[in-house]
Amino acid sequence: MSAAIDILSMILMGAGGVFCVIGAFGVLRMPGFYTRMHAASVIDTLGASLIIVGLLLQSGFTLASGKLLILWLLIFFCSPTASHSLANAAHRRGVTPWQPDQGAKSSSKN
Amino acid sequence: MHRFHSISVVISLFVFWLVLSGYFTPFLVTVGLVSSVLVVLFAHRMSVIDREGHPLELRAGVWSYWPWLVVEIVKSAWTVSKLIVHPRLPISPTMMRVKMSQTSAVGQVMYANSITLTPGTISVAIEGDEILVHALTQAGAEDLAGGEMDRRVSACEARA
Repeated sequence: MSAAIDILSMILMGAGGVFCVIGAFGVLRMPGFYTRMHAASVIDTLGASLIIVGLLLQSGFTLASGKLLILWLLIFFCSPTASHSLANAAHRRGVTPWQPDQGAKSSSKN
Repeated sequence: MHRFHSISVVISLFVFWLVLSGYFTPFLVTVGLVSSVLVVLFAHRMSVIDREGHPLELRAGVWSYWPWLVVEIVKSAWTVSKLIVHPRLPISPTMMRVKMSQTSAVGQVMYANSITLTPGTISVAIEGDEILVHALTQAGAEDLAGGEMDRRVSACEARA
């Protein structure tokens, strides 16, 4: 039984790591400011969640699980708040969204 | 109601203390309880404790809303991941305004944060009863404009 849980938690953590890498790849690959932020949000939602669920399976019913759940809540409350203030600051400073007809480079000057 | 709210804040802080400390000796448990009570008392004196910081009235609604939101997050994170690894990067970024039907500040924050939390959409600015949203794709923008998330947040708010 514990071997099955171990394997499941490894799969979950591995998948979480894969989504973190995909998100990081997206941040590098996307053109423009706002589109890069979309890629980053994959990391702190699906990437972080899968890793935390994997760690929850490892820790079982212990105090460490409680701490992991608090951490999860913290991520889910703080990351949208931080993302919103970043996007809002960019919007106020007049960062224009990237459009498909623009070149990949032009929006990075803003 | 006021007293009930304060007691609930004390209990939350005390549970937080217990989980983080992990020591259940009588001395440390007492210290934790006393400091939770003191924090709430001081917060009252400073008038920094309010219903928005500890929105107890949402406790009934979130248990049906959060699971739905988690499913939505997983679905859209998968969609955005596919876009990222797609060789041609088929994105169609759009800025748009969505109406929000929530009346309370907590409900509006909940809706705006849910939009940001879902990969592929970011709430950029709040303008009156509208949210300026940046969406990664046209399809994602249309999904949000459909208004299901708005309805569900309002339903959660209405159960208060």
